[in-house]
Amino acid sequence: MKIDREQVQKVAHLARLALTPAEEEQFTPQLSSILEYFEQLGELNTDNIEPMTRVIEVSNVTRSDTIQTEIDREDLLREAPAQEGDFFRVPQIMSTDEE
Amino acid sequence: MTSIRELHKQLVRKERSAVELANEALDRIQRLEPKLHSFLHITADSALAQAKAVDAKIAAGEEIGMLAGIPIGIKDNMCTAGIPTTCASKILDKFVPPYESTVTQKLKDAGAVMVGKTNLDEFAMGSSTENSGYQVTANPWDLSRVPGGSSGGSAAAVAAAECVVALGSDTGGSIRQPAALCGVVGLKPTYGLVSRYGLVAYASSLDQIGPFGRSVEDAAVLLSAIAGYDPKDSTSLKVEIPNYAKLIRPNFRPRGRLRVGIIKETFGGGLDTVVEEKVKAAIETLQHLGAEIQIISCPTFSYGLPAYYIIAPSEASANLARYDAVKYGIRAEDADNLVEMYKETRAQGFGTEVKRRIMLGTYALSAGYYDAYYLKAQKVRALIKQDFDNAFEKVDVLVSPTSPTTAFKAGEKTADPLSMYLSDLMTIPVNLAGLPGINVPCGFDDKGLPVGMQLIGKPLGESLLLQVAHAYEQATDWHLKTPKLQ
Repeated sequence: MKIDREQVQKVAHLARLALTPAEEEQFTPQLSSILEYFEQLGELNTDNIEPMTRVIEVSNVTRSDTIQTEIDREDLLREAPAQEGDFFRVPQIMSTDEE
Repeated sequence: MTSIRELHKQLVRKERSAVELANEALDRIQRLEPKLHSFLHITADSALAQAKAVDAKIAAGEEIGMLAGIPIGIKDNMCTAGIPTTCASKILDKFVPPYESTVTQKLKDAGAVMVGKTNLDEFAMGSSTENSGYQVTANPWDLSRVPGGSSGGSAAAVAAAECVVALGSDTGGSIRQPAALCGVVGLKPTYGLVSRYGLVAYASSLDQIGPFGRSVEDAAVLLSAIAGYDPKDSTSLKVEIPNYAKLIRPNFRPRGRLRVGIIKETFGGGLDTVVEEKVKAAIETLQHLGAEIQIISCPTFSYGLPAYYIIAPSEASANLARYDAVKYGIRAEDADNLVEMYKETRAQGFGTEVKRRIMLGTYALSAGYYDAYYLKAQKVRALIKQDFDNAFEKVDVLVSPTSPTTAFKAGEKTADPLSMYLSDLMTIPVNLAGLPGINVPCGFDDKGLPVGMQLIGKPLGESLLLQVAHAYEQATDWHLKTPKLQ
């Protein structure tokens, strides 16, 4: 499977990565050759095989719904690039170029 | 080379103090770091404080555990409260976790003395530690070569005796491959044996924390301290944890007839001749020790690599979505809106390999390609596990080379990602099947570079794995050789 530059740009947008033109140029052939390498998986017949998502059996793990204050709010907020009062501060959210 | 057991005796007998041990390690780090670059952060103050606390306990006549006062390195993808944790990524530059990972908390409680946080490939993505956003770690056996990766800092630090033992993490070979290239013991436990709470996630269905040591026994001591159920990790297994170190002492020989299977598919194409020779010689040694050797076929083994490079980047693309410049980490300046802020921050903060894997994973999971890539890879994963299950009906332990080559030159494989990915050919299927695997040094090539043998066990088969590895180690003296670093 070959991937072209336009697809690289589309995937970069989905991944929220601003790639430079140089990176696009580098990634297009590299991703293509890696995707080609993946094609060998087609040699294996997997018609009646259940996909394996995990190696151990775990059913839903739950805990009681009680507030735990292991981590201090102040300590958490301090790690944010920008904060205001008890909140994380972010740039304008409305009218973005979301597709 | 002094073992943990010997150091412990010396501490208890008051022949040496924990502060002395810490200072020795810190001095050595100071001396060697300009050449090696194994550590991203050196934690001298907290190390000395912890060592003093251990000495106070000894002075008060209190009993101390095996790891008390032992200098240890921690891979910098495990959160340490109040101490920077960067994952070798610029996106986490200056990040100081407000909480402690379960493994480091357990080590603190055991009195272990963390001397620093070790270098890695950014977010544990790589096989040479060259993908670190900060520095390139050198191989102690030849400074022009890589230590392997992604836990290259931990492997190099242990090989160079900058610390006695270290923790790494292993998603596709990131403990075993650098252990092989640096000539130390490295163990990836069964998936679920060690809590990942506080381990920065790369590929969650594969990630596992494990120990590095200069002997099997040292690795066993460290494993005993970190293994066990943790309610904070929902994939953590509720199992009894044996005292692994006790099981292999003193000169243990496995009881009864031990059946060892050579994985046929790991010998041949792409394997260095010298690696093949040394591993085959090691298998002969196992035979002399009484093991019954069989040749086992795992027909899907080599499909592990392509399956892994779909599954791991897919999981990574989801896991790394959390780096959104809102809650922690860096933020790009002057973004006009939220989406620009995400894109620019991630462009500035992530290195090339991380971007490449996020791209791969995003592509593999995207509409129209999911069935062809991700779903197919998960089905292949089931086949690989089935191959291992079949093999373990015939044998107790499987053996293969750990890495197809000895340590390669820095810069040799950075231009071609696929050639770098091939370094993990032998180790990846073990992660896909969730099995325990260990690297044991088994010789040197003509350049004096270490060669490693990989032993693979059944799920929760760590005890037998360590016993076999220990028996081999006792019959050889590879582990006694140390790199000539002044």
